[in-house]
Amino acid sequence: MAAPPRPESIALLDKLVAALSAKGIVTEAQIAARQAITDKASPEIGARMVARAWTDPDYFDLLLRDGHAAAEEMGATMAGAPPLGVLVNTPTRHHLVVCTLCSCYPRALLGYPPHWYKSFAYRSRAVREPRAVLAEWGTSIPDSVEIRVVDSTADFRWMVLPLRPAGTEGWDAPRLAGLVTRDALVGVALPKAA
Amino acid sequence: MSEPDRTPALHDLGGAERFRCTPVEPDEAPPDAFGKRVDALRQLLAQQGLMTVDELRRGIESIPEDEYFALGYYERWLRSVAMLMVEKGIVAEADLA
Repeated sequence: MAAPPRPESIALLDKLVAALSAKGIVTEAQIAARQAITDKASPEIGARMVARAWTDPDYFDLLLRDGHAAAEEMGATMAGAPPLGVLVNTPTRHHLVVCTLCSCYPRALLGYPPHWYKSFAYRSRAVREPRAVLAEWGTSIPDSVEIRVVDSTADFRWMVLPLRPAGTEGWDAPRLAGLVTRDALVGVALPKAA
Repeated sequence: MSEPDRTPALHDLGGAERFRCTPVEPDEAPPDAFGKRVDALRQLLAQQGLMTVDELRRGIESIPEDEYFALGYYERWLRSVAMLMVEKGIVAEADLA
């Protein structure tokens, strides 16, 4: 589990905020407002983007051409965020996203990264033994499918566009969006129809 | 001429052996109030052009090894942000002591 911050860190944060406030650089109200914006980002927007890309060829094209525009069209706030690339899974290629150097994650789109994404184990192992890591999620990728691991960076963020699962013919976009989890957008899980 | 040191930097964890047998803890733990506050502060400072993500990383990556692995995630961020603000003369070291 993530350990709670130590008292000296909490004290350091209070002193830093106080010093910056005294200089007129930040206010408590600005901090609260900024936090509210980040709290609002959620994988649900990513799920709706995937479902629409599965059902709307024009949107699929937009998503590949301009990730920011496609995300904003679905309600995300992307201003100031690094570019968003989309990795399209195919029957012969699966994508997995990691940030080996730090913890770069499409926060503007998916919200705060989960603790495991930032863990030393995930960062080091995802590129070395992706199939073993995926197995820990209960995700089994057949040997006939290539796994491409993509390193997210400070300057470029990625999301996975998973394959539309079999058995979903005729489903509308809202129903399809319900199958797409945050883990599927990172590539550690696959959407499943029931 | 001596051989270049090819030991990866501390934060360069891709493929690192030391975590080879460590399972990925499926810990969802969203940031606590402390983490969210550090993150919001960092975003505000970035918006005002007072620091960049690359500077944040440089600060994190300069934390000595024993502390890097002992501090929590957003504690490392805070260390870096505080260091950058002092380095740039935006706050005084004495303000944080």
